Amino acid sequence: MNPETALPNLLLAALLLPLLSFAVISIGYSVPQYLGIRTQYATQKYAAYIAIGAIVTGFVLSAYALFAVWLPTHPLEVAAHHAAHNNGPPTYVTGDWYLLGQFGKLTLSIGYYIDTLTVTMFCMVTLIASCIHIYAFGYMHDELHEYTDHEVTLDDGQHLHRRGRFHRFFQYFSLFSFSMLGICVSGNLAMTFVFWELVGICSYFLIGFYIERQSASTAANKAFIVNRIGDFGMLIGLMAIWSTLGTFNFGDMQDAQGNVVSHGIFSQLHDANHHYNLAPTDSMIAFEARDEVAAAVIAAPDNPVAAMNEVARKLRADKAHPWGHWLLFVAGVGIFCGCVGKSAQFPLHTWLPDAMEGPTPVSALVHSATMVAAGVFLVGRVYPIFTPEALLVIATTGCITLFLAATIAITAVDIKRVLAYSTISQLGFMMLALGLGGWLAGLFHLITHAFFKSLLFLCSGSVIHAVHTNDMREMGGLRKKMPITAYTMLIGCLAIAGVGVPFLAGFSGFHSKDLIVEQALSHWNANAAKTGFAWLFFVVPLATAGITAFYMFRLWYMTFAGEPRDHHRYDHAHESPQVMTGPLVVLAVFAVCAGWSFPSWAPGALANFGIANLLEQARPVGTLATTSGVLFPDLTIPSEHIAHAPEMFRTIKVPAGLAAITAALLGILLATVVYLWKSISAESLARTLRPLYTLSWHKWWFDELYDFVFVRPTLAIGALVAVVLDRGLIDGIIHALAAIGKGLAVIVSVVGDRFIIDNGVDKLAAETWNVGLALRAVQTGRLRQYVMFIVVGTVVLFLIASVWRYAVAG
Amino acid sequence: MNVLILANLFDRFDLTQPVGVSHYLIVGAVLFVCGALCMATKRNALGILMGIELVLNGANLNFIAFGSPYLRSDANTLGLDGQLMSLFVIVLAAAEAAVALAIALNFYNSFSTIDVDRADQLQG
Repeated sequence: MNPETALPNLLLAALLLPLLSFAVISIGYSVPQYLGIRTQYATQKYAAYIAIGAIVTGFVLSAYALFAVWLPTHPLEVAAHHAAHNNGPPTYVTGDWYLLGQFGKLTLSIGYYIDTLTVTMFCMVTLIASCIHIYAFGYMHDELHEYTDHEVTLDDGQHLHRRGRFHRFFQYFSLFSFSMLGICVSGNLAMTFVFWELVGICSYFLIGFYIERQSASTAANKAFIVNRIGDFGMLIGLMAIWSTLGTFNFGDMQDAQGNVVSHGIFSQLHDANHHYNLAPTDSMIAFEARDEVAAAVIAAPDNPVAAMNEVARKLRADKAHPWGHWLLFVAGVGIFCGCVGKSAQFPLHTWLPDAMEGPTPVSALVHSATMVAAGVFLVGRVYPIFTPEALLVIATTGCITLFLAATIAITAVDIKRVLAYSTISQLGFMMLALGLGGWLAGLFHLITHAFFKSLLFLCSGSVIHAVHTNDMREMGGLRKKMPITAYTMLIGCLAIAGVGVPFLAGFSGFHSKDLIVEQALSHWNANAAKTGFAWLFFVVPLATAGITAFYMFRLWYMTFAGEPRDHHRYDHAHESPQVMTGPLVVLAVFAVCAGWSFPSWAPGALANFGIANLLEQARPVGTLATTSGVLFPDLTIPSEHIAHAPEMFRTIKVPAGLAAITAALLGILLATVVYLWKSISAESLARTLRPLYTLSWHKWWFDELYDFVFVRPTLAIGALVAVVLDRGLIDGIIHALAAIGKGLAVIVSVVGDRFIIDNGVDKLAAETWNVGLALRAVQTGRLRQYVMFIVVGTVVLFLIASVWRYAVAG
Repeated sequence: MNVLILANLFDRFDLTQPVGVSHYLIVGAVLFVCGALCMATKRNALGILMGIELVLNGANLNFIAFGSPYLRSDANTLGLDGQLMSLFVIVLAAAEAAVALAIALNFYNSFSTIDVDRADQLQG
């Protein structure tokens, strides 16, 4: 099958199916309910069947696109032995499905840009979303009858009773999947931004699913507003790119003959003349040097375009001033701002733990495959526009985030919050990897993390479903009651800790985390001589890897091992139904082996098949060269292939691999000592490290800080404006206008209405009455008199007419 | 002034001329005046009905006269329209007579008389 035509159609079908499901459920269930028609609970189940059917079919289509369309024509190679090691653009298919509009130079379209990253993301998102959909069918069964919300107390002291809203959950789930798939397949930044906002609004709906709970509606608002802050930066980045490059398209648009009709962002910034390395375009240089260009155009008014190009050519040779690089830096950091919001990076990470207010399947979807993955995915997608300085910003943000979140997770006692902070921390790992030049490492970790994090969340949901609490201090010993949940979660913990046999194989997280640590070491090697801080990017993630292992096993031991702490809850606990454990087992399989690759002698499309090798085919243009900063010349971003080049085996791979596994094992060992064997008491440890414990327990006071610095001043300004401007000025003017209007109305009422109109009408009525009385006398009832009237009248009329005719008119 | 009008009238209705439309009109006018007088003077409801018939037939005679091709030139005649109109009037008169007789009969049943001067219940 021809990938050029088959891929867009298959992925379009996979993209639109969840939208169709959303539409059907809206029209079939939500609209009638809005109109006051109550659907039966028995029929609400079909909403789930529709949504599950749509997403599973989407997965089948995506897998077909990968295995039957892409792989037969694009055989895989081992990532480490990328034959050409060329710096050029990857193979991709791009085009427009639908042109929304054209406004001068600005073209807005629904387009596609499909490479292996897109196809892999499609398979991953639809697979995980399918598992979570099926799991949610079991988890949300409370919503299939009248629901009593024990967390909402009404004024009369009763708990809130409401109708179940099973269908609404699946309605938004479908829309959520659609939005995420839209980001993955999007062919231009404008379309990405649209779906980006769709993801945001879906997360708002789902986090606020229990909208009657104060905490849930606040959390939904917080997630939405914090994301808006990031999106503001993203808009700046979009404007910087569009105003200088004149296009939003990622790839080069071709006509039917295969000629390039318009160059996309990537090929404009990385053209073959500069060996595919990042170079600002003439338009960017001309934009930054508008004064010089204006002077040149005034000097040579006959040919302004030539004058402008001349200036750009001259300035490009000017090595003393990095023309155009600041603009590129702003564009890159701007777009990264959007990703900071979506992927909950420092300093916008505060929304994600609060988002735990949604039902657990929502947390699983938001934190693995969709919302937060969108930020990392976008950084990976627009990777060619990032200058080394912008990458440094990304790496620093990631580094701060991963450490910060991991320290908070140590003391959290809410099982979902531990996982939430671990998500932030793992997203920090991905951003760090991307920022250090490890494009493959970052996105590989995105995929593996999606599998084990969705697994961990679904397991925690299973536990919450069994014991009806989030607090780990009331759990313990659940291993015996719910073995499937316990051991699948253990697999998830081992995967996130990155356990494996060095240089051989391990859980999925082992492979991706190894790549990150290797790239960090390679980065340190490249920068050690010139900059003093590069070691931080290696040591901090390494330490955090240990902390990660520690808090994940703390979670597992507190929940599943030891003796039950709350016997009442323990006695009521039970293993979840198969509809929930089934997805756990599927995801556990992927959490184990998502990092593995098939050998090169495997048959057919499976030869060398593995996520890393697959992603390698989508490696962005310009990432296989070691580059240096222009604004900050001491910074070097090493090529990702240096880390696993055979000659670097001893200097990078061995120390990085050993350090990573040692850190993980130390973390697990410490957790075992403290929480399983209890050789060291956790309480005494907390007492000894009181300041650190307090810092972690209060989440570094970020919420309090933002409350004090942003929220309260905003509210105060709002209150001031309300009192002075609204109530004082605007209300005053409006009240005065109203008083004047009222006075005028009184005058019109008395003079106009009562005097003139009322008097006139009364007079008319009285006269009509009088005339009627007068005429009454004529109506005698005597027939002969009437005839006489007729005769006399006729004669009089005849005489009048005659006189008129013969005397007056002549 | 009055003399002038009268002279004019006699000019128009010169009875010495051969029989023409004017003669018919005069007969019709006489019939009409007779009918009107009958309606105005009779107290008997049947008498009044007869007066109405005279009035209607006076009008009919005018239609016939205006419609006759023997009395007027082709340019001025109403043609068959005149005859149709008078047929129409006859039909109307018949219908009206039926209704009026029914009223008279009912009136008689109620008051044992058909004196129209007694029928003044509808006075204002």
